[in-house]
Amino acid sequence: MNQITIRKFDAIIVGAGGAGLRAAIQLSESGLKTAVISKVFPTRSHTVAAQGGVAASLGNSEEDSWQWHMYDTVKGSDWLGDQDAIEFMCRKANEVVVELEHYGMPFDRLDNGKIYQRPFGGHMSNFGEKPVRRACAAADRTGHAMLHAMYQRNVKANTQFFVEWMALDMIRAADGQVLGVTAMEMETGEVVMFQAKATLFATGGAGRIYYSSTNAFINTGDGLGMAARAGIPLEDMEFWQFHPTGVAGAGVLITEGVRGEGGILRNSTGERFMERYAPNAKDLASRDVVSRAMATEIKEGRGCGPNKDYLLLDLTHLDPKTIMQRLPGIRDISIQFAGSDPIKEPIPVVPTAHYMMGGIPTNYHGQVVVSQDGRHDVVVPGFYAAGECACASVHGANRLGTNSLLDLLVFGKSAGEAMVLDIKAMPAAHRELAQDAFDQTRARLARLESQKNGANVHETGLAMRRVMQDHCGVFRFPDMLSQGVAKILEVEAQVRITEVKDKSQVFNTARLEALELDNLIEVAKATMVSAEARRESRGAQAREDYPGRDDVNWLKHTLWHREGSRLEYKPVQMKPLSVDSIELKTRVY
Amino acid sequence: MTRAALLNRLRWHSRRGLLELDLVLERFWLRHGETMSLDQAAALEQVLELEESDLWDVISGRRNIDLPSLQPMIELLREV
Repeated sequence: MNQITIRKFDAIIVGAGGAGLRAAIQLSESGLKTAVISKVFPTRSHTVAAQGGVAASLGNSEEDSWQWHMYDTVKGSDWLGDQDAIEFMCRKANEVVVELEHYGMPFDRLDNGKIYQRPFGGHMSNFGEKPVRRACAAADRTGHAMLHAMYQRNVKANTQFFVEWMALDMIRAADGQVLGVTAMEMETGEVVMFQAKATLFATGGAGRIYYSSTNAFINTGDGLGMAARAGIPLEDMEFWQFHPTGVAGAGVLITEGVRGEGGILRNSTGERFMERYAPNAKDLASRDVVSRAMATEIKEGRGCGPNKDYLLLDLTHLDPKTIMQRLPGIRDISIQFAGSDPIKEPIPVVPTAHYMMGGIPTNYHGQVVVSQDGRHDVVVPGFYAAGECACASVHGANRLGTNSLLDLLVFGKSAGEAMVLDIKAMPAAHRELAQDAFDQTRARLARLESQKNGANVHETGLAMRRVMQDHCGVFRFPDMLSQGVAKILEVEAQVRITEVKDKSQVFNTARLEALELDNLIEVAKATMVSAEARRESRGAQAREDYPGRDDVNWLKHTLWHREGSRLEYKPVQMKPLSVDSIELKTRVY
Repeated sequence: MTRAALLNRLRWHSRRGLLELDLVLERFWLRHGETMSLDQAAALEQVLELEESDLWDVISGRRNIDLPSLQPMIELLREV
């Protein structure tokens, strides 16, 4: 590591999921030299797991409007979403979906040739009146088809892909401008500096901070860890969406469609408990409502199994033909991961961490913003974020289904557009990198290389996941949260001394996992500390001691700083771009 | 590339976009990682080239690949 190679580009994108690929199209098609760095082959990014669809008020099957979509999104966010960004996203939805169609996305069609649309939880017509068909999908492979269409478009546009490279740290100048990242090539172990005039993080979520998660193993919050280490705050990290039906012990998602086909949730007495919590919608109530009901059942001792720690999703009353024909994938998952055939016995399920509403704070142009001198919209030059790793904030305290794919298309594109404009306004030559630009990465790698008598990476990661699951899950209790803060700091002390026995250079997966854990722990700390401090219940944050939403004291965004785990707050943007503000009211479905 | 490096590369290629695949492949490595032959590794490498949804269809038995040389590896993946 004496002579560090520097690779120079106009733009660097870290992450090749939906947001990264969409931004890259914008940049490469503008003629800019663009590099995309990804841990895995682009079409293996976690966007591939998205099945439901992408929301857009095309109105192909019935009347719809972006104003209705905007209302639903603000309400879904429990009023924590920024209304300027939400208006921007909902107004742009039709445009980005039609563009995607032109990229070759094989959307399902109506007989008249228009894009087929289906209903999805929380999406309503006429300001919350009744469900509307707004989700555009490609069968149950929407994310997969989206990645393929956008990857092909990027290949055509000459985007340069660095596949199986892991970004390690941000490079920032003394004046705060972001100048790129350091990254490691897995095949050789070589570490280089990627320098750029504009750097976008599109690194996805960090669901692997939880023991029970629907997220793939690659979702380790790499962008958030790098940003936090570079002094960028993380916004609203206490808000995590828990999907009601992950297979107990495995986390694999059982889609809402199963309950749509008649599946019923039962407790240890066999009771259909959702009738008590949501008499109208019952098992089909919104995700946070069902997850809280399930957590309550478990907390009050009506969970199933030897440890009374899961509930049952019962399909045994359904015609086996229905299960075989309409839910074959679910049957496979249940047999594989729960060891039970849902035709004969119920599936054990638990609320499972699914989506991170918070992230790196941005405006609706994808520019990363921080607070300075009383202002909360100060742009960090050269730094952008989009997709799950970013917080624009459109999802606020709770995300609506199908708004995540929309988020990554709209803000991937807007970040790309902002980067093009910003790059073109910069001098042609790259800035000189400081002598110490590589020091942080060098120190991390040297520490890992020389660590003796250190902590085991797997065990430390497991300890972190356990602490997060037990202390910062669906329901949050004051004593558990304060203990959780102390415990996660104890885990952090172990993360700082992780040891890797394997010192090889080629695809050293043990070392990669240690480096990923450095990122996860930052996300875990931000989540725990932010949740402990927010003394109200809103959207996905449900506190036992503060059961109600408190708009007087808590209608504000959390900003967590790594340095000393310091918190600050900034106001929610209640003013949309062109329409009237959607006034606060109780969120009832 | 040494055997250890080759296997490490395949371990990384076992990191997938779908949790279902991550879990099956994690179990597979726990059970067969130590004893895997180079022939098996070559077969695994080919299987891992499949797209996410296709690989899951193959592992869950809803789809077959018309390549006899890969069948033993697919059976191992289905059994874990």
